[in-house]
Amino acid sequence: MKIRTFAAAAAIAALAITATGCSGGTSNSGSSDGGGKTLTYWASNQGTSLDNDKAVLTPELKKFEDQTGIKVNLEVIGWNDLQTRIQTAVTSGQAPDVLNIGNTWAASLQSTGAFMPFDSAAFDAIGGKDKFVKTAMDTGGMPGQDPTSVPLYGLAYGLYYNKAMFADAGLTPPTTWEEMAADATKLTSGDKYGFSLAAGSYTENSHFAFINAAQNGADFFDSAGKPTFASDGVVDGISRYLDLMQTNKAVNPSNAQYDNGTQAINDFATGKAAMILSQNNADSSIASQGMKNDAYGVVAFPAPKGGKQIATMVAGINMSIFKNTKNKDAALQFVKFMTSEATQGTLDKSFAALPVLNGVTPSFTDNAAEAKTFSDIYSNKSKPLPLVAAEDQFESTVGKAMNQMFATIASGGTVSKADIKAALTTAQQAVEAAG
Amino acid sequence: MTATTAAKKSGPSAGPARGKPRKPRRAGWWLPYALLAPAVVFELVIHVIPMVTGIWISFLKLTKMFISNWGNAPFVGFKNYSIALDFNSAVGSGLLKSFLITIAFTIVVVGVSWSLGMAAAVALQKTFRGRAIFRTLFLIPYALPMYAGVIAWKFMLQKDTGALNHLLYDNLGMPGDKPFWLIGDNAFAAVVMVAIWRLWPFAFLMLMAGLQSIPTDVYEASAVDGAKPLRQWWAITLPMLRPVNLVLVLVMFLWTFNDFNTPFVLFGNAQPPAGDLISFHIYNASFLTWNFGSGAAMSVLLLLFLLVVSGLYLIFMNRRKDRA
Repeated sequence: MKIRTFAAAAAIAALAITATGCSGGTSNSGSSDGGGKTLTYWASNQGTSLDNDKAVLTPELKKFEDQTGIKVNLEVIGWNDLQTRIQTAVTSGQAPDVLNIGNTWAASLQSTGAFMPFDSAAFDAIGGKDKFVKTAMDTGGMPGQDPTSVPLYGLAYGLYYNKAMFADAGLTPPTTWEEMAADATKLTSGDKYGFSLAAGSYTENSHFAFINAAQNGADFFDSAGKPTFASDGVVDGISRYLDLMQTNKAVNPSNAQYDNGTQAINDFATGKAAMILSQNNADSSIASQGMKNDAYGVVAFPAPKGGKQIATMVAGINMSIFKNTKNKDAALQFVKFMTSEATQGTLDKSFAALPVLNGVTPSFTDNAAEAKTFSDIYSNKSKPLPLVAAEDQFESTVGKAMNQMFATIASGGTVSKADIKAALTTAQQAVEAAG
Repeated sequence: MTATTAAKKSGPSAGPARGKPRKPRRAGWWLPYALLAPAVVFELVIHVIPMVTGIWISFLKLTKMFISNWGNAPFVGFKNYSIALDFNSAVGSGLLKSFLITIAFTIVVVGVSWSLGMAAAVALQKTFRGRAIFRTLFLIPYALPMYAGVIAWKFMLQKDTGALNHLLYDNLGMPGDKPFWLIGDNAFAAVVMVAIWRLWPFAFLMLMAGLQSIPTDVYEASAVDGAKPLRQWWAITLPMLRPVNLVLVLVMFLWTFNDFNTPFVLFGNAQPPAGDLISFHIYNASFLTWNFGSGAAMSVLLLLFLLVVSGLYLIFMNRRKDRA
């Protein structure tokens, strides 16, 4: 009896220890441990793969550790998961110290109050607000407030075209939407398509909803920040984009399952598609598939005749610091390091990013013409996504509605303008219900 | 318990019941409680507390403005519920549509899984050479880790590179274009197929165990009376499996109605409307707009629905048993 009692007590004690161990084991991962400080850093996927990102960033992080003695634990997160991971981190408080965000989310994430605002002291610590290009810096957060993120990489969309396929068909790069659609149809034959789209990626789809609507002069939010998703300009813009697959039949229906940009880029690099719409970081992925830089050209994504010459949103990656970090100084030092000219020079080249620092020439490509095209698009033909709290909801609701539209078209159905308007009204109501 | 009654008798001012005759406690009286304690603690931590938290959240406006500090979320009463139940609005009609799809999904999956399980169990009831091989084979889907199994299906259901389209169109020469399985209207068929594959081995296992308890002499006696296998199944097997079936169907219904993993792994970010099962729908509705109060309200509605259905089912079935 005694022994049994004792054994039972021991078992219970062991269970209790396990239970407390469970709750104790999930403490903040970015805590400092005695002497050498450690930061946790979530990087977004900029290179050709998560491993590629890791390989590019690790030597830089080593340099940072050598300079400051601060160790950085790196995790690279793919685009499909990043937003959910950030949400979970905000909700639970189990967050990294420093992280990359898509700059279009900056205002939305700012409104959660979970990120450290960069006041003048914080800006001084990372080398001053003025070191950043203004276009990029404007994406840091809502106007009139201290931004909660600073630019890291600059990106812009461009229309990539396969030079040989265009030459064979006797075509020149398009300057209007109409030319582009006609070229795409002409270049489609057999298993080769004029276009490849990431038609199952809600982020890409929402970006092109925005850009095509902007070419029509339409906005997704009014000046008071209220959603206006179902306006005619927006419906026409989305309809035009869908028509590349629906009417022009210049897109392989299989693209409806492409849930990230890399799959479309691979089609382009392997000669299965003559054109893609991609941000400038496509260069590294194209090269990794063996397509030479002189085999393709880049022009601005053309607007329809009479439309506004907007070819991209101000795309890019920003860096944020979580408010509840225990290593604020170390985090600021790390942001300073990552946005320094030396680090930027290396990373811009590896990740094919546009500079976000003033007075720096683009280093992402040796091709002067391409660098000039992208710089021109970024500076002169861009429009920032709305800097409102509900921006991320615009991306997820409208982007996912467009995923369904492409799915309908790909599986043999048709999507009329009335269908688009109905879907956008639904999306708008969902956003309003959460507002 | 004895202590409290004693204290009541002596009045509040008398303090602890000192000196009163009291049954001495047996040595080790605490052991049963101590043995129960971990179960109670884990039940609280894993089931009760999250459930109560969920119900509490459903009355809050817990949007992204507040998720970094839940305590600040304003109380909104039944507003989340009224939005979810307003079937004219986008949110409510989406929920209703998903609910109807889930009902259709549940009926088909439970029906087919039960039939397959029953057929296999009856077929393997009599001993024959190689029976053990079939039993093992049939249980494989149940033994496989869920995610690995569903991911394998996801590969097989791809349009251009999937094994299913390859079999149907390249090998068997079906006419027409290869269809999509994971987007568009076929998504319903895809998710039903995978869910049945997952579930039927469980029905098979339970029914096989139930069949072991039916004495063989009942069958022999009926055979002497000239009963054919179908009659035997109808008049002996089915009634004698009644207690097993009662629980089996309920459990399968609850699992299937609540199924989250299958659509989540199978569809990922695609979320086709035809495969929009309710748990998956609620998850997406919450994360699409960061509106966790609304998501919690939908979950509570789902919980209530399942409680009512399970309750009615048990009352109805037990009453029939009493009458019989």
